Formats: sequence, structure tokens, C-alpha cells
Amino acid sequence: MKVTLLYFARLREVFGCSSEELELPPEVADVAALTEFLRARGAVFQTELAPGRAFRIAVNQEMASSHTPLREHAEVAVFPPVTGG
Amino acid sequence: MTVRVQTEDFDAGAEISRLRSGNARVGAVASFIGVVRDRNDGDAVAGMTLEHYPGMTERSIEAIVEEARSRWEIIDALVVHRVGPLLPTDQIVLVVVTSSHRGEAFAACEFLMDYLKTRAPFWKKERLPEGARWVEARASDDAAAARWERS
Repeated sequence: MKVTLLYFARLREVFGCSSEELELPPEVADVAALTEFLRARGAVFQTELAPGRAFRIAVNQEMASSHTPLREHAEVAVFPPVTGG
Repeated sequence: MTVRVQTEDFDAGAEISRLRSGNARVGAVASFIGVVRDRNDGDAVAGMTLEHYPGMTERSIEAIVEEARSRWEIIDALVVHRVGPLLPTDQIVLVVVTSSHRGEAFAACEFLMDYLKTRAPFWKKERLPEGARWVEARASDDAAAARWERS
């Protein structure tokens, strides 16, 4: 399954990248599995997305939970808690 | 209902006039303007840059306005949020709600701001004398938004 990942704000800076296309293995079918997949890259992905760290994930521009399923060509955004207003 | 994300400043008076123009059902207009302070958490702030997630920003604010419409008898609503570089005293955000009576207008305006602060994808990066830092989300903002949650 192919997805587009977007990173924003502090996480964009730490990951050194604002977007990437990823080909996910079939077992990576929801947000929890994707988070695990990204952590397995190690380095900053492992530390920033570690359990207990504050980050948010949106799928197709809606806030997602760990159970949110991923579909082909999904737009998945990873970002820190928001600070607008 | 109007949602705008823009780098330019806004004229609250002109926006309010436009929102209620010609509508004699409007008996109340509540508005809120958020402004850049020159201090945060005890540090001098020289300015800030606001980043957002184009597309999701507009959609999430529209969803928040729809939620407000389902809770209160509001006639119209406007949200303008600026992005890009801003300086102390600059306006950041404008929320205007019109309704027949003030109770709905006040409540919906406060609700829109509380939800916007915790759900709309904006991030502030402050410039301090010693360098730049990303603003951390505040627990008090989560608490303010939680007041509106329905059990």
C-alpha cells in the first residue's frame, strides 16, 4: 500500500523532511502499525514517536486514533500538539 | 459561515459589518481577537512564525463551526487566522459570531476559540533573544476545551 506522509512544525525540523512517499507492507494497516513501522527506523523516529511522547496523527486531514485504518493513497500527517489561536 | 487562513492582517470592524450586513434577525455580535504578546513563559518574544497544514486547517475549523451551529442558535460565523511571520501587537486570529441573542453569541464565540486552540493544525515558533523555540501545547487549553465536552 502506498501512502504519503507529511510532517509539520518541530517534527518536520527534527525529521529533516516535510513529506515522503512510503510503500507499506501489508501488515501495516492502521495508525498504530504505521507508528511502530516508523519507530523501527530508529534514531529520531524512535525517540520522537516513542510511547508517551506527545504527537498527533491525521489521516486524510482528519484527526486519527491508533485504530484508524489506512487505505491506498492515504495522506498521513504526523505533527506535535497544535498551538494556534 | 466563512473560514479564511491568510498572511495579511484583517480589519475586525469591516469584517463585523460585512457579517451582519442587512440581516435584521441579528441582535447580538460577539467577537474575539487574539494578539501576539511580547512575553511568553517569562521570556521576551521578538516575534513568531505560524505554520499550518493547508487543507486540514480549513476543514477542521469548518467542522468546529458546524459543531457550534449544532449547539447554539447562531446566524453566521467568521474565523480568520493568520499564518507566517508576526510581531508583538500583531493580530493573529479573529472569531465573530452573530445570533439573535447575546447568550448564544458569547458561548459560541468562546467555544470556537477553545476548540480552535486544541484542534486546528497551527503551530507557533517564537523568536527569543537566545534563538527560536516551538511553543508547547498548554494543559490549560485542553482544560478549556474539555469544559465543552458533553457527557
